[in-house]
Amino acid sequence: MAASSLASRAVASLSPSISTGASRDDAGSSSVVGFHKRSSAFTGRRVRISSGHGSSAAHGRRSCVVAATAAPVKESPLKIADALVTREEGLELYEDMILGRCFEDMCAQMYYRSKMFGFVHLYNGQEAVSTGFIKSLKKDDYICSTYRDHVHALSKGVPARQVMSELFGKATGCCRGQGGSMHMFSKEHRLLGGFAFIGEGIPVATGAAFNTKYSREVLKDLSVDAVTLAFFGDGTCNNGQFFECLNMAALWKLPIVYVVENNLWAIGMDHFRATSVPEIWKKGEAFGMPGVHVDGMDVLKVREVAKEAIARARRGDGPTLVECETYRYRGHSLADPDELRKPEQKNKYAVRDPIAAFKKYLLENGLASEADLKTIEKKIDEIVEDAVEFADASPLPPRSQLLENVFADPRGFGIGPDGKYRCEDPAFTAGTAEV
Amino acid sequence: MAQKVLVPCSSSSSCGKVQFSPSRVHTQAIAFGGELSQSSSRKNKSLALKAVAAKGETSAPVTAKSGHEILLFDALREGLEEEMARDPTVCVMGEDVGHYGGSYKVTKGLAEKFGDLRVLDTPICENSFTGMGIGAAMTGLRTVVEGMNMGFLLLAYNQISNNAGMLHYTSGGQFKIPVVIRGPGGVGKQLGAEHSQRLESYFQSVPGLQMVACSTPYNAKGLMKAAIRSDNPVILYEHVLLYNLKERIPDEEYVLCLEEAELVRPGKDITILTYSRMRHFVLQAAKTLVERGYDPEIIDIRSLKPFDLFTIGNSIKKTHKVLIVEECMRTGGIGASLRAAIVDNFWDFLDGRPECLSSQDVPTPYAATLEDATVVQPAQIIVKVEQMLQGLI
Repeated sequence: MAASSLASRAVASLSPSISTGASRDDAGSSSVVGFHKRSSAFTGRRVRISSGHGSSAAHGRRSCVVAATAAPVKESPLKIADALVTREEGLELYEDMILGRCFEDMCAQMYYRSKMFGFVHLYNGQEAVSTGFIKSLKKDDYICSTYRDHVHALSKGVPARQVMSELFGKATGCCRGQGGSMHMFSKEHRLLGGFAFIGEGIPVATGAAFNTKYSREVLKDLSVDAVTLAFFGDGTCNNGQFFECLNMAALWKLPIVYVVENNLWAIGMDHFRATSVPEIWKKGEAFGMPGVHVDGMDVLKVREVAKEAIARARRGDGPTLVECETYRYRGHSLADPDELRKPEQKNKYAVRDPIAAFKKYLLENGLASEADLKTIEKKIDEIVEDAVEFADASPLPPRSQLLENVFADPRGFGIGPDGKYRCEDPAFTAGTAEV
Repeated sequence: MAQKVLVPCSSSSSCGKVQFSPSRVHTQAIAFGGELSQSSSRKNKSLALKAVAAKGETSAPVTAKSGHEILLFDALREGLEEEMARDPTVCVMGEDVGHYGGSYKVTKGLAEKFGDLRVLDTPICENSFTGMGIGAAMTGLRTVVEGMNMGFLLLAYNQISNNAGMLHYTSGGQFKIPVVIRGPGGVGKQLGAEHSQRLESYFQSVPGLQMVACSTPYNAKGLMKAAIRSDNPVILYEHVLLYNLKERIPDEEYVLCLEEAELVRPGKDITILTYSRMRHFVLQAAKTLVERGYDPEIIDIRSLKPFDLFTIGNSIKKTHKVLIVEECMRTGGIGASLRAAIVDNFWDFLDGRPECLSSQDVPTPYAATLEDATVVQPAQIIVKVEQMLQGLI
């Protein structure tokens, strides 16, 4: 998959065409332990960053903007080999991050207008992790999240309308309004939740990965190669289920990637006050799996690490622990006054906004124009507005919905005094039956 | 497969083939229904009407030649093995279920037959491997999670409550959790407080769970199969002291109904509701009671959640007196819930308050004399029934 700039030369453009992609082959270098650890504030170690793997798909062609000018157009300042995405990929990533940001901002507005209730945890600032990882997945792959799950759902493909409706508690929500902000599920998009208690989703994700191994080795269905991603935060990494699952996944080489979104805070608990060894990536080694630290504010770096970890899992080489250094721009939830975080820290991360950084990257590398990006932003605005309108117009769940999904087999409600199953009572479908 | 499946009626009277006699109340009557659809005997409406056998109905005795004798742990194993052979997505996970064959031998030989992945030896991390079983079930497998002792599942309460019980609901019905959680519980012989717990008491409030308790080899196998086939999360409670109970069970395949209670002994004087090990204490007490001229109706409720209010109600409508005999503690146990359900539903049929014999609200002591004092004994059952039938309480 060598980069090629040939196709782009066909464009009638005065500007030089730009190709993307790697100039090195990836076969041998995607070694099991060949992860590139970003220099981090924790370790102070600096490691070479490899250039990314270009896509074998069509390579970037600069859109035709023919400028009639006498002077030759200057070459873009950065070297071509440094560009890590194609234009198409770049726009996809950008759009996904903008969707995440815009959606969450709208959630805040809607919450303060009493359209959504309870505990709502927003993802602003962490978009690079969701986009970088989830856009590297196949449709059949699974993801499992926490209560900070709106953007994971969107990245995985759950329509914005369904997520917004769920947040409004409407019957058209992805969970019929029964889950709410912290319990986003989608069977179609293989989103396994949405969990309110930290850590409790990790075993569920591990079980999905176990299913892949079982399908291949017991059921002998080699067409199943689904990888599972488990997303959780720094606070969770002090929880028993985290360690227990790392152990099992490594033991059985499950096809899973454990993605830590270390935003340094667990509500008001500073990561360094809660954790004896704050370098979470190091804990992978205790279980014999690679532990990788990556700059979670840089979508391309996240994507690079993600691709390698996912490929490793899909090959059958087992799990990886990836720690993404990231930050949430808002409080823990919309109910959090966020008084403990110092302005200096917030500012430090504000200037590393993943969306602004990627926008700059796209523009500087000529992968997109301002107009392209504005088009995307406008499109997303419309999608989010539409989602709100749809949710607003959607009906509230009727009383009849109350009892329907308690059991997959409603005979679980038992047999009533009259000898009939409770679920045969007409009042059952009305939601008013005694059960 | 073309195998015929018998669904014997748990309420034995509904097919009229019951064998018992006052002097042999220990005998576990095996009732054969006709060939019915395997999903539930309740599909046959005419069977559902008669929950209580009329006295004097004759029946063809179970011959010594039919069926095979088996111990309870082996009956569980047989049921599990049959289901695993029938459906390749059925798998077991838990501590020492594989190479060790299970701490009570319920999975003996299964790892050799089905492999280490289908009978998975897990590390000691109940919450995580229970959650793993749930995640596997959500994505297409049918997992049987074993708690080496049910008490250990306290560590898995997070997963059992939040994920097994609730995920079907919070996902708006998108994911089903066909998981069976099983293991030995109850008060044993001087096992100490922590190994003598009654988890049915703690889990009964979790919405979305079904709970059944086996008490004989016959119902153990039938409930195991039913639980595995159910799309709901089912907790199957076994008892540490019942694993070596022996009984003759049918050779033909059979699956019991999860929601039904079992009429053990028809009678007219008083309804005694019980389950698990207490069933056998009640039967032991019944020997004496019958000799003294009383005629108790004994029902093994089997389904701890939900209660089979039809079988229970029909009995109360006949006898007007009810005694619950359970191993849970007095506070918050199955008996407490059952009493409330009886008062709510059958108040008009009661001659007196529903009585309940439960264990003491005491951590089960190690010393034998104290341990015996915490659980209900047959002598207490006799005293209580006599008091109730003589109108003394």
